[in-house]
Amino acid sequence: MNTWVEGSVLPVQSYRITRADLLAYAAASGDHNPIHSDDEIARAVGLPGVIAHGMYTLALAARAAEAWAGGSGRVRSLGAKFTRPVVVPAGDDGVEVVVTGLVRSVADGLTTVALEVTCAGEKVLGGATAVLA
Amino acid sequence: MPVDPALVGRSFGPTALVEVTEDRVAAFAAVTGTPYLAGDAAPVTFPIVVAFEAMTALMTDGTVGIELHNVIHGEQRFAYERPLYAGTQIAATLVVDSVRSIAGADIIATTSAVTDATGALVCTAKATLVHRADQS
Repeated sequence: MNTWVEGSVLPVQSYRITRADLLAYAAASGDHNPIHSDDEIARAVGLPGVIAHGMYTLALAARAAEAWAGGSGRVRSLGAKFTRPVVVPAGDDGVEVVVTGLVRSVADGLTTVALEVTCAGEKVLGGATAVLA
Repeated sequence: MPVDPALVGRSFGPTALVEVTEDRVAAFAAVTGTPYLAGDAAPVTFPIVVAFEAMTALMTDGTVGIELHNVIHGEQRFAYERPLYAGTQIAATLVVDSVRSIAGADIIATTSAVTDATGALVCTAKATLVHRADQS
């Protein structure tokens, strides 16, 4: 049992991601769009460079939600808008994605959390919410 | 070419049943750094594997008028009926909920029902696809 109430601030989760992670995500998810691996193609469609799959960023938000919920199978719902691309530079340093959570409500054993997901200080997901059991 | 609003209500799929194996779930979890031990539920976003196939069926259907390279994934939400465990077979059936045209882009809202081999609902995966008019 947790002691969350409306307004509780959940422990910040931060995850460093690299281009190697994007290649691994492409293989695991089946999404092989080259904007997630090839700078030239990414620039050709108007992006600053290789970006993370929106679904990879959402998977990191889900990882944070599972960590807060204290185990697998407890996230009843999760979703967000992809509002800003996460640009991932080449090299081992990659970028850091930071996930914060604010409890919006606790009712009937369900906790509704508003997530904020940022990269380099900019919000990358919009309206990100999760319901935890 | 704008997408025909008559698309609303059309369904795509079901996709072929995919076996959710321990290996596949463990690989997906590892990539996102999500802790996973055999017997745990699959990571929350795992059903995108079949939902993405259903979206691809929509986006590549020649009668729909979508140009794949002009599509951006705008929004994605999952709502679970029950946790998903390895050993389950899943498939997705997508229904187009709405088509709106805003500033030269088609906003296509979809809901994919992710079901098991008996047809029971595991989760719904709602996706919004943004189809931009060709820049050329």
